Amino acid sequence: MSSRKIKLMQGNEACVEGALYAGMKFYAGYPITPSTEIAEISAQKLPYVGGKFIQMEDEIAGIATAIGGSIAGLKSMTATSGPGFSLKQENIGYAAIAEVPLVIVNVQRGGPSTGLPTAPAQGDVMQAMWGTHGDHPVIAICPSSVKETFYETVRAFNLAEKYRMPVILLTDEVVGHMRESIEIPEPGEIEIYDRLRPETDDQNYLPYGVNDGEIVGRMAGFGEGHRYHITGLFHDETGFPSNSTKNAGVMLDHLMSKISNNTDEIITFEEYLLEDAETVVLSYGSTARSARSAVNKLRAAGHKVGMFRPITIWPFPEKQVVELSKRVKNIVVAEMNLGQLVLEVQRVVEGRTKVHHIGKANGEVVTPIDIIKKVEEVL
Amino acid sequence: MDNNQLVDQYFRKDRLPHIWCPGCGHGVIMHSIVKAIAELGWDKNDVVVVSGIGCSSRAPGYMDFNTLHTTHGRALAFATGVKLAKPHLKVIVISGDGDASAIGGNHLIHASRRNIDITTIVFNNNTYGMTGGQYSPTTPTNEFGTTAPHGNIDAPFDIANLAGAAGATYTARTTAFHMNQMTTIIKNALEHKGFSLVEAISVCPTYYGRKNKKGDAPQMMKWLKDTFIDIKVADKLPEEKRVGKLLMGEFKNVQKPEYTEEYHKIVDRLSGVK
Repeated sequence: MSSRKIKLMQGNEACVEGALYAGMKFYAGYPITPSTEIAEISAQKLPYVGGKFIQMEDEIAGIATAIGGSIAGLKSMTATSGPGFSLKQENIGYAAIAEVPLVIVNVQRGGPSTGLPTAPAQGDVMQAMWGTHGDHPVIAICPSSVKETFYETVRAFNLAEKYRMPVILLTDEVVGHMRESIEIPEPGEIEIYDRLRPETDDQNYLPYGVNDGEIVGRMAGFGEGHRYHITGLFHDETGFPSNSTKNAGVMLDHLMSKISNNTDEIITFEEYLLEDAETVVLSYGSTARSARSAVNKLRAAGHKVGMFRPITIWPFPEKQVVELSKRVKNIVVAEMNLGQLVLEVQRVVEGRTKVHHIGKANGEVVTPIDIIKKVEEVL
Repeated sequence: MDNNQLVDQYFRKDRLPHIWCPGCGHGVIMHSIVKAIAELGWDKNDVVVVSGIGCSSRAPGYMDFNTLHTTHGRALAFATGVKLAKPHLKVIVISGDGDASAIGGNHLIHASRRNIDITTIVFNNNTYGMTGGQYSPTTPTNEFGTTAPHGNIDAPFDIANLAGAAGATYTARTTAFHMNQMTTIIKNALEHKGFSLVEAISVCPTYYGRKNKKGDAPQMMKWLKDTFIDIKVADKLPEEKRVGKLLMGEFKNVQKPEYTEEYHKIVDRLSGVK
């Protein structure tokens, strides 16, 4: 019999539990609904594990301080919701170019602007991809349940550490505030990845020099004996700024390819009743719960309908959706916005099959009935 | 330690020469910071120098410590993360007047309020140098900048006293002319436990000086010499002799609970260590 603890908890609470399981030792942020519990529970729990919590003066400071914590060697997280995510964008780009591991949680709410503070939305999908300026890699993960929030938070930390970059956990108000029972795994049950650190006797440490067989440069924490420079400017493998366009090209290629070369490892998804499906509902986050219910009801009515659920939405599961597009008649994208991930689906499908959209951005969830109606229209 | 030894031991010689214009006062301030650290004998591995964006903020790249060049205005927030994560580190922030008090003004007052043990050195040249001479929060009223071609109507900040009012426990002002005093003040600030701020008045002959007909670098330095008087001296002077003078020296030096120590008291209490 498993000795694992079974607990009833919120998605936001599961996020903190997952972060602590992954080794989070530093949290900095600014309170915003509906992400607030993540800050509150982090404040409560971190001191017990020798970790640090600080409530900063604004959202920008929240992420900047979390980056500082990571540079000093601690696994760091910040959490926010829509408007706060907008404010953090510049420093998300900083963490990307400076290759600083960090987890940014965005519990999405209705927007734009202050929008609908307590209502759910999935309106930050494109912001997660394109919010900051310039070209940079993005990993964004959309859990659908409390349990998945736990596991995907652990995975977000692992990916951040492995690829030395900010990783976005893109939940939504429904997932953040719903309560479900989950079993908390014992320590050691899930693999935890810690950033590679330089060898202690390394006299010629290059913070951005990648060793053969490794993906990113080994990262020393400040104060651990390797004095080096970190900047948001384009830099060479020493970390110092370089204006060389040749170097900028090499570095940008490194940033992008560390993700594009490893998409099979990074991208996760769920397929549900797809074997004989002629119509596929593509959905993610809390909306996928409505999609699953809709698919079950449509199946009961004799329709060949299945679901494809990206768990990692960036990088987008392009290969899988291309395969789908070759064998199904319709893809119905269901999401809580007026059309964001559907654009990516259309791009990937390239007209091979019909792509439809069902979306809401008024603070209401997309219901199973909404999806059933849409599917029946296109069948 | 003579200057050659200082450069050998504390600067990244392969990163020099620096990018600053001829006549810029920033090199003097950077020199004072390094000299203060050398005199304190700190282990270079324990020193972290953080900056934002602007002319002054390129200084950390030349200095052989753990150095972090961040986003505009956010140096203090990054530095707060480093310090809270590893309180044994000696964390120094280098910031310009715009970086510290315009875009970074919120972080400045809150770092002051927290009294976190960080030393901030503001390189104040009264202008936005890197973008070409726009008016800054410390450009005096009626002076000129490329974005104040008809005269600046804003009132300037007094950065040292702003920080003091917000809760910084050590504040001081000094100038690029008064180099020995600057080194002493920076040393005092570095040794102070709590949030310390040194407003180091620099000169920018290239933009600010030229726009405001303040002459070349030596003339601007002479202006610093003739205009700034130590607050202790000023206190003893009759009113008429203080007209037109600006104050430098230590403005505030008090002890209050320090942020990272207070946080660790909570950690110790909860983990049952003490």
